[in-house]
Amino acid sequence: MSTDITNIALVLEDGSVFEGEAVGYMPENGIAAGEVVFHTALTGYQEVFTDPSYAGQIITFTTSHIGNYGVTPVDSESRGTFARGVIMRDMARRHSSWRSESSLDEMLKAQKLPGVAGLDTRRLTRLLRDSGSLRGAFGTADQAQLLAAAKNEKGTSGIDLVSEVTTPQAYMVGNGKFNVVAYDFGIKTTILRHLSEIATVTVVPASMPAEEVLSLSPSGVFLSNGPGDPEMVTGAADAIRLIVEAGVPTFGICLGHQLLSRAFGGHTFKLPFGHHGANHPVRHIATGAVEITSQNHNFCVDPDSLSGVADITHINLNDHTNEGMRLRGLRAFSVQYHPEAGPGPHDSHYLFGQFAELMEKK
Amino acid sequence: MPRRNDLHTILIIGSGPIVIGQACEFDYSGTQACRVLKEEGYRVILANSNPATIMTDPDFADRTYIEPLTLEILARIIEREKPDAVLPTLGGQTGLNLAMALFEKGLVGVPGTPELIGANAEAIATAEDRDKFKQAMIEIGLSVPHSGIAHNMDEATTVLKDIGLPVIIRPAYILGGRGTGIANTMEEFLKLASNGLDASPIREILVETSIVGWKEYELEVMRDHADNCVIICSIENFDPMGVHTGDSITVAPAQTLSDVEYQKMRDAAFACIRRVGVETGGSNVQFALNPANGDLVVIEMNPRVSRSSALASKATGFPIAKIAAKLAVGYTLDEISNDITRKTPASFEPTIDYVVTKIPRWAFEKLPGTSGVLGTQMQSVGEVMSIGRTFPESLQKALRSLEQGRLGLNCDSGESLYDGLSDADLLKKAAIATPERIFQLGEALRRDMSVDQVHAATKIDVWFLDQMLIIIEERRSLEGKSLTQLSRHEVRRAKRLGFSDGQLAYVLKDDEMAVRSYRESLGVIPTYKTVDTCSAEFDAQTPYHYSTYEDEDEVRPSSKPRVIILGSGPNRIGQGIEFDYCCVHASFALRAAGYETVMVNCNPETVSTDYDTSDRLYFEPLTREDVLNVIAAETLASGGVAPKVIVGLGGQTPLKLSGLIDPALIAGTSPHSIDLAEDREKWNQLCDSLSIPQPPGGTAVTFADASVIAQRVGYPVLVRPSYVLGGRAMQIVHDAQGLESAMEQMARDGSLGKEGGLSAERPVLIDHFLEDATEVDVDAIRDHTGEVLIGGVMEHVEEAGVHSGDSACAIPPQTLPAWVVEVISAYTTSIANSLDVRGLVNVQFAVLGTTVFVIEANPRASRTVPFVAKATGVPLAKVASRVMLGATLAELRVEGLLVPPVTGGHVSVKEAVLPFNRFPEVDTALGPEMRSTGEVMGIDRTFGRAFVKSQTAAGTVLPTSGTVFLSFNDGDKPAGIVVAKRLRDLGLGVAATTGTANYLAKFGLPVDRIVGKLSEIEGSSLENAAALVANGEISFVVNTPHGRGSRQDGEAIRKAANANGVSSVTTVEAALAAVNGLWEQRSSEVEVRSLQEYHGRA
Repeated sequence: MSTDITNIALVLEDGSVFEGEAVGYMPENGIAAGEVVFHTALTGYQEVFTDPSYAGQIITFTTSHIGNYGVTPVDSESRGTFARGVIMRDMARRHSSWRSESSLDEMLKAQKLPGVAGLDTRRLTRLLRDSGSLRGAFGTADQAQLLAAAKNEKGTSGIDLVSEVTTPQAYMVGNGKFNVVAYDFGIKTTILRHLSEIATVTVVPASMPAEEVLSLSPSGVFLSNGPGDPEMVTGAADAIRLIVEAGVPTFGICLGHQLLSRAFGGHTFKLPFGHHGANHPVRHIATGAVEITSQNHNFCVDPDSLSGVADITHINLNDHTNEGMRLRGLRAFSVQYHPEAGPGPHDSHYLFGQFAELMEKK
Repeated sequence: MPRRNDLHTILIIGSGPIVIGQACEFDYSGTQACRVLKEEGYRVILANSNPATIMTDPDFADRTYIEPLTLEILARIIEREKPDAVLPTLGGQTGLNLAMALFEKGLVGVPGTPELIGANAEAIATAEDRDKFKQAMIEIGLSVPHSGIAHNMDEATTVLKDIGLPVIIRPAYILGGRGTGIANTMEEFLKLASNGLDASPIREILVETSIVGWKEYELEVMRDHADNCVIICSIENFDPMGVHTGDSITVAPAQTLSDVEYQKMRDAAFACIRRVGVETGGSNVQFALNPANGDLVVIEMNPRVSRSSALASKATGFPIAKIAAKLAVGYTLDEISNDITRKTPASFEPTIDYVVTKIPRWAFEKLPGTSGVLGTQMQSVGEVMSIGRTFPESLQKALRSLEQGRLGLNCDSGESLYDGLSDADLLKKAAIATPERIFQLGEALRRDMSVDQVHAATKIDVWFLDQMLIIIEERRSLEGKSLTQLSRHEVRRAKRLGFSDGQLAYVLKDDEMAVRSYRESLGVIPTYKTVDTCSAEFDAQTPYHYSTYEDEDEVRPSSKPRVIILGSGPNRIGQGIEFDYCCVHASFALRAAGYETVMVNCNPETVSTDYDTSDRLYFEPLTREDVLNVIAAETLASGGVAPKVIVGLGGQTPLKLSGLIDPALIAGTSPHSIDLAEDREKWNQLCDSLSIPQPPGGTAVTFADASVIAQRVGYPVLVRPSYVLGGRAMQIVHDAQGLESAMEQMARDGSLGKEGGLSAERPVLIDHFLEDATEVDVDAIRDHTGEVLIGGVMEHVEEAGVHSGDSACAIPPQTLPAWVVEVISAYTTSIANSLDVRGLVNVQFAVLGTTVFVIEANPRASRTVPFVAKATGVPLAKVASRVMLGATLAELRVEGLLVPPVTGGHVSVKEAVLPFNRFPEVDTALGPEMRSTGEVMGIDRTFGRAFVKSQTAAGTVLPTSGTVFLSFNDGDKPAGIVVAKRLRDLGLGVAATTGTANYLAKFGLPVDRIVGKLSEIEGSSLENAAALVANGEISFVVNTPHGRGSRQDGEAIRKAANANGVSSVTTVEAALAAVNGLWEQRSSEVEVRSLQEYHGRA
């Protein structure tokens, strides 16, 4: 066996210790800390850890083998990685795919993303499921330091993570017939790819005021996904309300759904351990059809808080939480899950078509 | 939309006997369907000819027809029961093909007839007809391999001109790839195309460009009538394209697909099921992917529950068949709850946090003449599945689950097999897919051949090969070390890579139990994780476990008395579904009696590995190490109270472990008694003391010893190894030369640790062979008070010398005088008492004249237990399991579990089903080595009628017109008079060899044609029998082989019959039974009756 294995530990805020081996990058202080969550998708590890929505979080992959098909730039969901670390049972030392350009380990090192492998990820997942997301730290530092680092973590509630991930300045992509302004709260590349098929997209920073957006005379506004607590995205809700009330067709995904809801009086709350996976059943209430969806969120909209303001359009069949809504009398709708997939099933692509239709109707 | 209330009665078509390509996975799916539909309040009618199945237990349906699965019989059942609907998608290819036949006759699926639910005729035709399927896929924009359809050889060659070699030939409407093959040369093409046309019931083949070496995948899809679609499982084949999926090592979930590729495949699978039009239920879609550029093509789809669905169900915990049955009667996926979480709906896609490996098990050693090379036609007879947290762990567990003497990926005595091979030869061998390939790959990597080099030779994905290399590197790191030198970390690392204690003992040159105790002293013990469909996202309610070496164990404590039932492992010839039936019945009976039952098994096809058959399921290999681990885990879970263990119901697999388990834990007959029956010396003494005659014999380890015994008792002798099932390596030898080669073979197998091998602990038994004796089998139960219940006395149709598993037999006995049957009962009772049996015992007798010889006794469940239960209405396995735990027969009578047998009014005949149609190179003559894969039952008012039904059910086409070919050995000639006479009376033509014809002429029975033997035709004007058969001039063959000397003539005729699909019998007894049955049946129609009616419980 190769001798360059470094045995390290993951320590959670409750004092639980997991033994594993270092993979990817190791920070100089020997500590990678963040809020630990688990993701249950069988494929798509690269899309997951490059998703800006994971800012502040350490991602546990429940699938045994990670890295098997390597990595390729086209699968990255953003310009970098914003997650704090990755945890897996086994990292492939050799990958195999005609698509791959390098190995997962090389990418983790290049993007300075710390990782730990070889630990009992199922025990960790069961713990997170039962006690809710926990803060944790792993690395070469000793266990006392790791525990302290875990406890020092701020978690994702009550802090603004969007400002860490949003684009510093506006840029344009695509050349479709509509003119869409997309708020970047941590937007995924796959979303931009879908929007590009129907629109010329101006991606703007999260902090852009409504007036500035409206001055671009958009045919529609898109509200992106993003990390953390919707309550902390200051100004966004007000801007969104002004835009929607100005009659601009608006479509939101994930954090965008939460922000749209909050803009019209909705409340958001934190789920115990969130939804992170690619197999969640969602009912589309209008048709009764079940969509298998890609999900990645810790916060959720309380549907009762929208009563009278919005119609609930989608519901999660596992825990009956809200998955989508349409504002009454206004041209705006949003979903909590990820219709763009990347990774995940393509069952909900129709929502981009629905956005195009909304923009079509004057 | 909820349950359909317009349906009341539903007919389920089962899959018939276990054959290659269609095994007990369809008992699993059919049993689930019956249970679900009964629970939903429908009246369930079941048709299946296989008595060994759990689904044909009369409790599972309102009307159970154990009748031949033919169009005529099904039409009668439909006429009698008037079902509202027929569910054909859970009975394998048999069910589907019969549904199509019924539809074509206008008997189902058209107004005024039962509705086809699950899949309609149009959907079945679209998926099964190669041309329609291809056009349908092109229509929806999916790629298919370049191909053309042919209905005759002219069309086939035209298509070939267009495509070019190499091509793959795929016949339409076939099972398990029968008749398929890859042609690299014109010569191969002509042969394969012609065989393929013959194999297709509609004489249609697809000639397709060969994509050998591409990666192969399968997706299991479910769809409801609201058009919700989900993928249950993705499966990646370890073996690239070119090996039938059923013969491939497969892994779930798919390991080397990126999300982009996987989602593309998922979209394609949904498009496929929608276009084909499978309205509800499960289907599987097979894909090939070009590893160089990701090109994706659809290979085929099965519009029904398949072997892969059973695997996917066990791999994920998602019960595909159960859900498919519910969808068929109107529910949608979101209306059904996920049994495992109980909180979430079935409309989701399972995600798993472990790796599942399936490895097939083959039986080439039983089929001399076969090449042993794997291809596009399925040849395996069973499979194992294993679960590990990683692929290396899962692979090694699967390899030791196979029970073929291997402890994992080499690192055991079996690896010496490759010592003599050069590197080049080794790689050359590994390039050809065979059952040995996986071990050859391991050896190649151990010899420092690089992953890339091995990949280049085999096209096996480098990810898999590198994972295997991790195992090899671990082994290297242990070499030269001693056990106690190893740290906890090192031992744990090896165990996490799936190394068995036996492998560690081998590499550390120590003893397995020493490894175990050292390992335990370091605290390296297995943890049991749960199969939960959701990677732990939700709490699992169902205790379905597998072992791995991690931090946390998930077995929940319990205080109820518990019983571990050791299952029977992979299906193989000699040990199949019958034993699973017994284990499952034990679990049902003991649960009902208040025990908590714990099943241990590694066969994904079975009902026993359904998560709700037992209170707990451990999907584990059946080795000493793994079983002791489960016992330890269960002991821990109940606060130190050890469970009872049942070893007597799963065949030879658990029985072999009985001596390795604490005897105090064994429920039922003690290991001491089991040994008493197996140990020849002790057994002889016991029979002597009881004054029960035995054929003279003895035991030997060497040829010299064997020869002395043979001379003493006189040739011919029956040579058989101890501790085997299914007559493995059993032979009748007529002289010293034959004896020598038999002994040599067994010594070779013994040194390799193979089944049927010879060693000092497992000597060979040598007995005088009783020629012309009638063989009799008895299944009995004895309780601890000494009461013995004779379950059934079965008289074999074939004479002694044909393995009991390959022989037809009847209940009640047809030719034995009543007093002989009484003697047999008396002998059985006294043997059971002397062995202190607690539970089942099977005793075999040979009756010669009026002398009853005992051949052997096995104090365990036998292959015939389910047949006896169905013939008599007595639930033997349930009763036996209760008796094993201490109940008395008297108590069980009071309780109502033990009912009196139904006697009189009907005869039941069990017939074996042989795999020869898949192996045209094999001689079909029956012998002492069992070769049947399955069995059927014929039941009717008389023996003749029941026998004819059994033959029809087994696929034998008895002659009703044309010419029958007769060739009898001298001993059989007198009975031949009767055979020839009956055939004449039935108005059939008779052809015979010169000897047989001359003999028959003496008794006023002229034959129509005299046919030459191979040895006679040279230079004579005689016709060649084999050629006549090949020309289709013979409708049936009766050929009884000669006891000794050259069998070549007969062999050529039997092979010709087999290759040309002409039915044959190879014993005069079977010929007599057949002609007598035909005579009885001649002027009346076939009648059908349900088991419930026969048992008087309708």
